[in-house]
Amino acid sequence: MPAFSLASRTVAVLVLAATLLAAPARAGTLYDELGQRAGLTRIVDGMVHRALLDPRIKDTFDDANIERLRGLLMLQFCVLTGGPCRYPGRGMKAAHADLNLAPRHFNAMVETLQDAMDAEGVPFWTQNRLLALLAPMHRDIVAARSAAKPGAAP
Amino acid sequence: MMQIMAQGSFRRIVRDAARAALAACIWSAPAEAQDRLPERGKLIATAGLIQVEGAGGGGLAPWALITGYGTRDAVGANVHGTVVRVTNFTLSTLGAAVGLYDRVELSYARQFFDTGATGRALGLGGGYQFSQDVFGAKLRLFGDGILDQDSWMPQVAVGLQYKVNDRAAVLRAIGAKSDQGVDFYVAATKLFLAQSLLLNATVRMTRANQAGILGFGGDRSDAYHPEFEGSAAVLLSRSVAVGAEYRTKPDNLRFARESDWYDAFVTWLPTKAVSVTLAYVNLGSIATRKNQEGVYASLQLGF
Repeated sequence: MPAFSLASRTVAVLVLAATLLAAPARAGTLYDELGQRAGLTRIVDGMVHRALLDPRIKDTFDDANIERLRGLLMLQFCVLTGGPCRYPGRGMKAAHADLNLAPRHFNAMVETLQDAMDAEGVPFWTQNRLLALLAPMHRDIVAARSAAKPGAAP
Repeated sequence: MMQIMAQGSFRRIVRDAARAALAACIWSAPAEAQDRLPERGKLIATAGLIQVEGAGGGGLAPWALITGYGTRDAVGANVHGTVVRVTNFTLSTLGAAVGLYDRVELSYARQFFDTGATGRALGLGGGYQFSQDVFGAKLRLFGDGILDQDSWMPQVAVGLQYKVNDRAAVLRAIGAKSDQGVDFYVAATKLFLAQSLLLNATVRMTRANQAGILGFGGDRSDAYHPEFEGSAAVLLSRSVAVGAEYRTKPDNLRFARESDWYDAFVTWLPTKAVSVTLAYVNLGSIATRKNQEGVYASLQLGF
């Protein structure tokens, strides 16, 4: 039997094992898993901090009240993940109407959130459960057509 | 010297190619430099890989995702090299693909099927090689398979692959009806992000024997057949995914039965510009040689 056949079987077994292990254990709500109010506050602070440094999106916050933004994001994440909060902000569509955001801006923001959750030690599969709740908001956040060309200032 | 430089469109091509290569090398460059690089606005791994015939997909099946990391506002492109080494044969593929505005995908791949020592036993001569050009086009119809996480609606695309094999005489001798053919497919792809699971289902209308390596149509059947290609992948991190695929095949030739294909793969995406895929692959029976299993290795570089 050729040597590569053994190697390929090994790869197959490893792949299967990894797939089977991909069954996340869950306890409580996503809100609990993300560290409740304190955890969400750290995640949001980390995300906003990164976004304001990110050349791809920092300019889109020029007119934003950052303190208010932080608070609203935390409350929004809290509500979405099943926490005991109320979201007092405007609708997402109205809040983003004048920003002319493109898909690349939305995805860049997702990446800052992923980096912030990495920094907080949030497991990858837990991160994805939060992202799955946020992802549909692209319909309200991203403008119907992009005004700015990629590479130009947003 | 100046004259040569001025009229040298070839030089310009070389220079642009060098720039593109440089761009690929400095994907981690500082932000100021990134302004001039391609957009790369999609999330990592959400552009899929390149399948064995050169289309954006998994390893075996084309997916509904448009290749490249450009969003609706940009163009993305990649080149790839893939080697499938099974018991008696080696299939190598080199190709390039471009995604236009996350709507249209164009691809080209050249496949080399090396019969190695088995070529002599098959009466073809030792090291006999079939080559095939595959020209692909894909149109995304509807759905956002990545972001529409509040719906079951997959992303759906249709595509075709026009294949031209360079061994017409041998193909006729083994019973194939043609040395070229067109595959048509419809693909549905959906990321279930909360489960970190990506699923794909593709139906391909095809007359191809062993994907076209052994020609198109045959003495058993010359009709188009619908074939199913499924993929499932689990995301383990932003840079690693594992999965498996299954691809059914027609069985048009009398001289040799054709089997379904399947694989189990692991992909590493250190950046949006680079991906490496390793897989166990089982291609079943090919040209009377049974149990063709082995390794699939693919390197993809994006721009």
